[in-house]
Amino acid sequence: MIDMRGVNVVFGHGKHVFHAVRDFSLTVERGQSFGLVGESGSGKTTVLRALAGILGRVARVSGEMVVARETLLQHRSREFRRRVQMVFQDPFGSLHPRHTVDTILSEPARVHRLDRIEERVVNALEEVGLNASFRFRYPHQISGGQRQRVSIARALITDPEIILLDEPTSALDVSVQAEVLNLLMRLKREHGLTYILVSHNLAVIAHMCETLSVMQNGAVVETMSVQQLRDHSPTMPYTRQLMTASLGYDRAAIDAFEEFG
Amino acid sequence: MTETPLLRVEDLHVTYDTPTGLVHAVSGVSFELGREKLGIVGESGSGKSQTGRAILGLIAAGGRVRAKRMEFKGMDLLTADERSMRRIRGAGISMIMQDPKYSLNPVMTVGAQIEESFLVHRKTSKREARRRTLDMLQAVRIRQPERVYKAYPHEVSGGMGQRIMIAMMMIPEPDIIIADEPTSALDVTVQLQVLAVLDDMIRERGMGLIFISHDLNLIASFCDRILIMYGGKVMEQCTAANLHQAKHPYTRGLLNCLPSMERGQDELPVLQRDPAWLTTPGISA
Repeated sequence: MIDMRGVNVVFGHGKHVFHAVRDFSLTVERGQSFGLVGESGSGKTTVLRALAGILGRVARVSGEMVVARETLLQHRSREFRRRVQMVFQDPFGSLHPRHTVDTILSEPARVHRLDRIEERVVNALEEVGLNASFRFRYPHQISGGQRQRVSIARALITDPEIILLDEPTSALDVSVQAEVLNLLMRLKREHGLTYILVSHNLAVIAHMCETLSVMQNGAVVETMSVQQLRDHSPTMPYTRQLMTASLGYDRAAIDAFEEFG
Repeated sequence: MTETPLLRVEDLHVTYDTPTGLVHAVSGVSFELGREKLGIVGESGSGKSQTGRAILGLIAAGGRVRAKRMEFKGMDLLTADERSMRRIRGAGISMIMQDPKYSLNPVMTVGAQIEESFLVHRKTSKREARRRTLDMLQAVRIRQPERVYKAYPHEVSGGMGQRIMIAMMMIPEPDIIIADEPTSALDVTVQLQVLAVLDDMIRERGMGLIFISHDLNLIASFCDRILIMYGGKVMEQCTAANLHQAKHPYTRGLLNCLPSMERGQDELPVLQRDPAWLTTPGISA
């Protein structure tokens, strides 16, 4: 479904060149969830944005990307934009503050010239567990969890095949995170969706994904199955350290931490 | 706790008068703090940060603090005037906030800021303050203290910024540190390294720490004792070692809804909130 081969992303020119993603490859089968995990600045979000084609002109992207047998060029087709949707971390930043939920949800449907817009809006809200009364509220009038549900509904409106999830629950309380993760799992089952999930949280990735890549400084350190993570058997020292750190505070283990440059 | 506690809080209430009525941010919180690490955990709106701020008298305008008792080493914090509170803040009880980017002065060098926090509380020479500052930067494991001393806050990383904050809060040698989500903005390995610095200093100096966080696993592994807050009330108190045997349905609900790295589940149990939690007294184990 998704194939990325030797993808590089470079920002800036001359002396100020920054190589954000180096020789990145991944393959995701239809209906699978692929996790990208790493610390800040590891390039995981840049990979998603390169795939979605929303990096803009400041970035130079090279390498091969194929999504549903369509080879991606500089400009993404309208059909690609319908098929591939994205959900961002902060639903406050990604929902227009002066648009109602109804406007937010109907806009992508209008852009893609879909019919029965009102029906789609109501259905999408229902899919994410919100009733039709939410249509005429503004983002500031609903809670963080509800806002993220609206972001997910907006992604669903165009009936996509792939959803790119960038830290979708990092801004939420754990009880709300559980509800949103359950929702994402259910939608994936019911719609046969394919996910790429970016997160700094190994437990979230382990819960959601079958396969994951660990990134550091723009490159993949290790790609493994979720089973390997569950068995605590990653092979690379960086991955092992990240895993140990995710298990909680252990004074003795911290002294053994290495700097990976 | 065998000695008299450093801090004693009894029936603390924080209320805000808003156009839509009185809001109870904290209602009836009681606890004692000795020379230990006490964790306060809760979701947003649970009143955990307000509890920490109320101790230092840092409640925003319009807020009101009420308590049966709030004492720091036998001193009454409720009746203390602004002058004595200024002496307690920093030298007696100090606070580390979440984001060093907002808590450090962007137009002052790191060294000058740490020195200032020392000189406010001690009558000593500039030279002595500089020496102590460099020692303190070394103590929080900054490798090139001389370089960082001259740096501005924007020139250092998030992890280093938080070490600088710790240095600044430690230098007047307070008895209590209140740390409000001190490492939530940091990457997980850096977070643990910063906590190790804090942990070692607290232990070596025999201080008390109030560690406020939303991260249940982190608190359970880092602190000695835990208060679990919800809706401005303490739902349950337990030792960190016994958290996984917690009895309160709220605590159990929070623990269960965390995704786990080890066990694969199709669905995460969702927390069912019960209004009765807010009217029944908390559990102490």
